[in-house]
Amino acid sequence: MEQFISFIKKEWYHIIRDKKTLFILFGMPIVQIVIFGFALTNEVKNAHIAILDLSRDEVTMRITAELDASSNFEIVQSLSSYNQIDASLKSGKVKMVVVIPSNFKQDLMQSKTAQIQLVADASDPNTATTLVNYASAIIQDFQLNYFGYTLPLVIQPQLRMLYNPQLKGEFNFVPGVMALVLMLVSTMMTSIAVVREKELGTMEILLTSPVKPIMIILSKTIPYLLLSLVNISSILLLSVFVLKLEIQGSVILLFGLSTLFTFTCLSLGLLISSSTSSQQTAMLISLMGLFLPTIMLSGFMFPIENMPIPMQLISNLVPAKWYYYIVRSVMIKGLGLQAIWKETLILIGMTIFFLTLSIKKFKIRLG
Amino acid sequence: MNNEINGTVVISANNLTKKYGDFIATNAITFNVFKGEIFGFLGANGAGKTTAMRMLCGLIEPTSGSASVAGFDVSTQPESIKRNIGYMSQKFSLYEDLTVKENIRFYAGIYGLSEREISEKMKNLLEKLHLTDKQSVLVNALPLGWRQKLSFSIAIIHDPAVVFLDEPTGGVDPITRREFWEMIYDAAANGTTVFVTTHYMDEAEYCNRLSIMVDGRIEAMGTPSELKLDFEVNSMDEVFLMLARKAVRQAD
Repeated sequence: MEQFISFIKKEWYHIIRDKKTLFILFGMPIVQIVIFGFALTNEVKNAHIAILDLSRDEVTMRITAELDASSNFEIVQSLSSYNQIDASLKSGKVKMVVVIPSNFKQDLMQSKTAQIQLVADASDPNTATTLVNYASAIIQDFQLNYFGYTLPLVIQPQLRMLYNPQLKGEFNFVPGVMALVLMLVSTMMTSIAVVREKELGTMEILLTSPVKPIMIILSKTIPYLLLSLVNISSILLLSVFVLKLEIQGSVILLFGLSTLFTFTCLSLGLLISSSTSSQQTAMLISLMGLFLPTIMLSGFMFPIENMPIPMQLISNLVPAKWYYYIVRSVMIKGLGLQAIWKETLILIGMTIFFLTLSIKKFKIRLG
Repeated sequence: MNNEINGTVVISANNLTKKYGDFIATNAITFNVFKGEIFGFLGANGAGKTTAMRMLCGLIEPTSGSASVAGFDVSTQPESIKRNIGYMSQKFSLYEDLTVKENIRFYAGIYGLSEREISEKMKNLLEKLHLTDKQSVLVNALPLGWRQKLSFSIAIIHDPAVVFLDEPTGGVDPITRREFWEMIYDAAANGTTVFVTTHYMDEAEYCNRLSIMVDGRIEAMGTPSELKLDFEVNSMDEVFLMLARKAVRQAD
């Protein structure tokens, strides 16, 4: 046991003496949360739009004011004729033009139908769709408040956003960032730490000493397990206090399952280190073999349901996919263990598999 | 056998063989090393020295034949062997981002020395190497020669029966090499058996006895003067070259 503690102490010195890496380890989760939370968002804020209001009556003024008041839009141009629309969009100054025909109020009151045209710049189809949806929602909102009944609009989107009614983009990326950071700290750093000893030649000395190989290996993982838990805490604290995300489910369950995923990552790291002998190779395998699949196939960036069947099958092999699902279920949907026991079992199975394989490989290397 | 001087056999190999598929890395080598002896283990790169040394350290299992180190069998009691040997390789055995003191403490700790033994050893060792005022300096700030001497002192910190040195003086200047060998003599005088591989033929002359491996076999064994007489040459260099030229196997 004393041997084990002196090993962990030594490992700890390695980590704290390497100031640059330490800075990256603790800075990375914060930077990622900030980037994903504030910069990389699917929401459209303050999109510049133009208005062509040919009626200029009381109702259209109110609609215009509602649009302008929304945080999604900013009216930067007021047009006076149809042939200005094209030029306005082409200049790139506006993303959408809201066209209100003449006699709007009159039509509305007499024939109970009135039309508003939304002309969007679809060269960026995603933004265009989003803008049109936002605008229709605002107009519908307005008519409900104003008349208490529905205007027959050109577009009548049926939207029902479960779990995330404000359509907050932050919600989905927090579990993704957690998976990424754990992957990086636990898998990459552990594999590098073990391989570094092989490169330096100190591993040979350790192997000729009475210390059991399993102890050498395990002592490498403990400091990184602690670091990972610190990182999970900092991500959750940032999410709750900076991004105002509420954790719906049990925090203890979330921590427990994150620790499980950390073990999965650590065992993967050990597997990598037992099959490679240079730090560069270990880093490349961690980055290309694990980091990219984590980003692309965990469902964090791209929805898995939209992928072709073979890709969907491959995504099942990515541990982060299961962890991502678990965190989303607990943190955002507030579900308990009974809803995610299958995914939990899969992660446990993967961990045992990786660990057995790496211990076996380590022994083969010695034989 | 030649046991009239020191008596106790500390390392004994009998037809020790290691095969990797068709490749015979070490081919039925047989020798004895006695207590307090400095035994030079020579051979060109790829001759099988490292494989033989690893079998003796209990790192890999022999394919056939047997060997014992400090009274323990390499195939069946590798764990007991590990407790009774020290090992220093051509690469650095020290952690460069740890201080002198932390390195000593770590290695003493993994050999299971008690806290009291560690502080006592630490004090003696630092004094002997004139490192007392450098104990809190990171190892990477020490000159190469000092690091090598510190490595060696750490390899024998638990007073092992045998210390294995794998090309310990690679890249070190002649003066430091000389000092290093004085430390080896000290250790041998205290009863530690020294098993050393080297490329430097002037170092070979310092050994009590030598063996020269060619293509996995031991081709010659004896004291440096015996070998020079047998081969009718004036230096170990010539002995080595005469034998090494017979090699068919390429260096790896």
